[in-house]
Amino acid sequence: MKKVSISIILLLLSLSAMAQENAPEMADKFRADGKIYVVVLVLATIFAGIIAYLIRLERKISKLEKED
Amino acid sequence: MRSNWWKILCVVLLAYAIIGGLLLPVPARHILNETIRNLYFHVPMWFGMMLLFGISFYHSLMYLRKQDMNYDIKAVAFLKIGVLFSCLGMLTGMEWAKYTWGEPWSNDPKQLATAICMLSYFAYLILRGGIKDEEKRAKISAVYNVFAFAMMIPLLFVLPRLVDSLHPGNGGNPGFNSYDLDSRMRLVFYPAVIGWFLLGYWISTLHVRINQINHKRDNTF
Repeated sequence: MKKVSISIILLLLSLSAMAQENAPEMADKFRADGKIYVVVLVLATIFAGIIAYLIRLERKISKLEKED
Repeated sequence: MRSNWWKILCVVLLAYAIIGGLLLPVPARHILNETIRNLYFHVPMWFGMMLLFGISFYHSLMYLRKQDMNYDIKAVAFLKIGVLFSCLGMLTGMEWAKYTWGEPWSNDPKQLATAICMLSYFAYLILRGGIKDEEKRAKISAVYNVFAFAMMIPLLFVLPRLVDSLHPGNGGNPGFNSYDLDSRMRLVFYPAVIGWFLLGYWISTLHVRINQINHKRDNTF
């Protein structure tokens, strides 16, 4: 009886392990470490830089247009 | 400032797409894993390209009707930024494919058709470079642009869907529409498409204005 119950428990454990293996891997650990925010910050910085440059160009061109 | 509201909208939408696109929840899928977020950045490049080419096509048609140089200036600017978007879309697609399909170039029908489409647009720029006379250049390249746009439709929307493809939504593959693009992703995807398109439109208008100034000053651009 004991043997049967132990083997059933082991079977269930292995099943749960398999189920975990089957779940698609996502960046859970990365997110748990909090480091994803570094990436977001870097991207946001680059984006802000590009937009700032575009606005500068925009101003320069408006100036040229007024000169004409 | 009032006429610039769409530029502010563009910045807000893109900031939302970058931050939300990285942090908001996405469906968990095998093979794709976290790269599913590329949908917010890779696909808008193609949507933006198509819209920019569409605007360029419109201006080429208008040039042929009205023979006004302004239409030619606009057609070139939108087309050039469209080509830039297509290059970015192709590069990001190859980077994405490297880690999901195994190699950057797998001769996927959509990859091939897009490459042909891009070549036909590169040819437009080379064609323009080869003609000195401005009127002639404008007229011939406008006619060519109409042809290139007419080629783009079957190349991107029809042919890849007739055969099996690795891209979602083609051949036997289910599209992102059926189950991958769930409501959580739509919430970021559509704003991202609008935002990236507006950014392309913005850059194009800057290009147009520089060429308009050049045209006014030296009667050439």
